[in-house]
Amino acid sequence: MVCESWKTKLDAYLDGELSEEEMRSFDAHVRGCPSCSADALTRVQMKRAILLAGKRFTPSTEFRKRMQQTIAPHPQRSFGLRWTFAAVAAVVLVVGWFTASYVISRSSRDQVYGEVADLHVATLASSSPVDVVSTDRHTVKPWFQGKIPFAFNLPELQNTEFSLLGGRLTYLDQTPGAHLIYDIRKHHISVLVFQERSLKLPASWGENVLSPKNLPFNMETWSQSGLRYFVIGDASAADIDRLAKLFKAAS
Amino acid sequence: MPHFERLYNFACWLTQDRQEAEDLVQETYTKALKGFSSFQQGTNFRAWIYKILRNTFLTSRTGLKASSTVPLDFELEEEALPTAKETPESILLQRSDWQRVQQAMERLPVAYREVLLLCEVEEMSYQEISATLDIPIGTVMSRLSRARKTLRADLRPGASRG
Repeated sequence: MVCESWKTKLDAYLDGELSEEEMRSFDAHVRGCPSCSADALTRVQMKRAILLAGKRFTPSTEFRKRMQQTIAPHPQRSFGLRWTFAAVAAVVLVVGWFTASYVISRSSRDQVYGEVADLHVATLASSSPVDVVSTDRHTVKPWFQGKIPFAFNLPELQNTEFSLLGGRLTYLDQTPGAHLIYDIRKHHISVLVFQERSLKLPASWGENVLSPKNLPFNMETWSQSGLRYFVIGDASAADIDRLAKLFKAAS
Repeated sequence: MPHFERLYNFACWLTQDRQEAEDLVQETYTKALKGFSSFQQGTNFRAWIYKILRNTFLTSRTGLKASSTVPLDFELEEEALPTAKETPESILLQRSDWQRVQQAMERLPVAYREVLLLCEVEEMSYQEISATLDIPIGTVMSRLSRARKTLRADLRPGASRG
């Protein structure tokens, strides 16, 4: 039969699976061939019948609900996930506590440094930097008797470049202390001495701190025999350290 | 739930049992969710999920039984159906009820039923059907052809009902 070659492709033609060129050729043939057009019509109606008959089953409302409950994300977190969250929360708390402690400690320390620097600058700017003017440590030390609740030793400055200019009473954090002023090569250095326990200093402060950052002066501070010493000035760090060592040796 | 109603319909046609179809659909979605990482983005999602359903069905008791009775493609003899002699009136227009078509579809071997449903009801391309059933396109075409001929023969007036 003439149409046999066409009929083998009739299903593919009706399923839209031929190439555009083949589709155009098929369209032209079907229009002019009564046998193929009748066959095509029959098959189209069959396709339509299968489509309508095939859409037969609809899920029940109960099944749909059950499926939605099954498939929907479970609100309860898994045991492992809860522990993960707990662990993360714990880490965050610990890190937060350390960070807060560090920040508070650093903030408190910076505040003390700032106040010490202020005392140094304010004293030098004062018209009367010292209340007891003497280069003799045996004069200056007794002057503090009855004015501060502790005693301390002043170093012997013989054979050093340092010279004592005098002393005055000072306060840090509402705590009375001794403020001594030394001179080295026209640089003034303040030495402040307080009772350690009277100062509300952070527990994390080390025994000895050298030249803290963010301070416009060189400074050294340490704790010795229950006293807190601060040596601060615009002299070199080496001079500050030498004076500090003299005090440490005297105490 | 994408394709939920259509998957359920397809599952009913495969299992021919609503309870089994519900189990099949549920298992299909569970597997799809678990194995979603295996779905390659940009590929055909519909073919992927239908494939899961169909493979799940084939490993079920009903599926194993149904597939074991499927005639192999080469075993089906080409019937010289007198399609040209039949007019549309002789096949379909005489029947106003869809029940006969449905019953004829139910009688089809599952291998023909599924390919016919994917083509005519799901309106998948041969390529999609090939991906879903994991068979070559040539096999899709030959199965479709045989499914249609079998159905047509079954719907012929006076055809014996198996």
